[in-house]
Amino acid sequence: MSQREVLELLRENARYAAADVARMTDLDESEVEAAIEDLEAAGVVRGYQAVVDWDRLPDERVRAEVELNVTLDRETSYDDIAERLARFPQVKALRLVSGDYDFDMEVEGDSIREVSRFISEKVAPVPEITQTVTHYVMTSYKENGIELGDGDDDDRLSYTP
Amino acid sequence: MTLEPSERVRAVPPSGIRRFFEIAEERDDVISLGVGEPDFSTPWAARDAAIHSLERGRTSYTANRGMADLRESIAAYVDDRFDLAYDPGEEIIVTAGASEAVDLAFRAFVDPGDVVAISQPSYISYEPGVTFAGGEVLPVPTREEDEFRLTVDALEAAGAADADALVLCYPNNPTGAVMDRGDLASVAEFAREHDLAVFSDEIYAELTYEGEHASIATFEGLRERTVVFNGFSKAYAMTGLRLGYALAPAEAVTAMNRVHQYGMLSAPTTAQHAALEALDSCDGDVREMVDAYDRRRRFVISRFREIGMPCFEARGAFYVFPEVPDGWTAEAFAEELLREEGVAVVPGDVFGTGGEGHLRVSYATGLEELREALARIESFLDERV
Repeated sequence: MSQREVLELLRENARYAAADVARMTDLDESEVEAAIEDLEAAGVVRGYQAVVDWDRLPDERVRAEVELNVTLDRETSYDDIAERLARFPQVKALRLVSGDYDFDMEVEGDSIREVSRFISEKVAPVPEITQTVTHYVMTSYKENGIELGDGDDDDRLSYTP
Repeated sequence: MTLEPSERVRAVPPSGIRRFFEIAEERDDVISLGVGEPDFSTPWAARDAAIHSLERGRTSYTANRGMADLRESIAAYVDDRFDLAYDPGEEIIVTAGASEAVDLAFRAFVDPGDVVAISQPSYISYEPGVTFAGGEVLPVPTREEDEFRLTVDALEAAGAADADALVLCYPNNPTGAVMDRGDLASVAEFAREHDLAVFSDEIYAELTYEGEHASIATFEGLRERTVVFNGFSKAYAMTGLRLGYALAPAEAVTAMNRVHQYGMLSAPTTAQHAALEALDSCDGDVREMVDAYDRRRRFVISRFREIGMPCFEARGAFYVFPEVPDGWTAEAFAEELLREEGVAVVPGDVFGTGGEGHLRVSYATGLEELREALARIESFLDERV
């Protein structure tokens, strides 16, 4: 299905020009543009972002993975709690997960103090949240499928048979 | 005696791309589309298995024909993927790259004076291999009108009916041509009718983008006269690990093993461990690489056509074979393009009869490089053609 192919190419590099996507998929450029519009309209494609290696920037950026345990009642669902947490701009990702805890939350801030205060003042006091465990990210090696190292040099000879 | 090269060595000319390599070395901004190997790294699971084998000290010789469990895995793989049924105990030999398998076959089955028909354009090592074995080369040129597929007409026109053996390589290096079952049927019939041994290099089999790869060895009466070559270099991006294999009837493998056991003893042990893991767990990696090649293939063919260089629809390997503009030889075009724009491509005549007037362009490189290279070629055409 061509829409799926277009989606995979956008995930590989969202900056591919529609003309290049068309060349790679044997579609017309107008078909590619229409497919992208449809994906956006259907809410499949929710946005486009750069994958950033924060360690290469001089200014500090602190990220934490936070495990959250919650308790539910008849009036409050996982969705209700998630909606409340997701509204905070510091929360970059939020997922309900299986296993020892309920939510996996990614938080970003300019300092450890800022992230700590956010969790202690905004997250922990939510009545349904029974436990938070915060893991500060020390080094990131791979983000969104992209390895953050220097990569391997292409050591192939310029001509091989 | 002095160290005078033998007649056989003197009969083989030096590589036609050596001069280009030297020009390319003078520049630091060359985008190379002249590389006949993947730009991907070997899948990590295979590398990890190789590392683990070294950690455990698995560095001894293996059985001449290769580790038994690897041969069993190869047998299961070729049966599953290409309907090729071979007994791992007697009909498979693991070699140091498919190139060694080709060399073993020539040395095991070609007698001095035997005529070996070679479908061309083709990989540059077949002709020297036949010459080193003492055989006579009979080029069988294929044509763009036939999408560089080997036809019975071409075989008859070249006089291949009187040959002793036939070499074919599909998917093809350098053209990217493929032959489906319909195309192969008549060639198989010709080989049976004229009692030709067949050497079928299928190293690019996994890199077939439309339809399924078909092996000539699956046709009636061909299995007993065919040696199939394959390996891990292209599909699994393992060129430097040097691991290939040959599939043939038991007596043929015995003959090839007689050459192999004295010349090589056994294929590299570390590479055999990597290959075992590759077959066991790297299907997904292969699919991802093939999908990436396919997207680049479409991109490159589309761009060549846009800039006015006719380019037939290559459906295999990772090469396209566009035509050079009128008034240019392939060699002159490739050299000027390299000197002026820093884009490395290989002139088609390097690959034998039928390659004249074309360029081998490898798309085993990233899309950004391909995009830039095609922009430079377009600029070259605007200024020089």
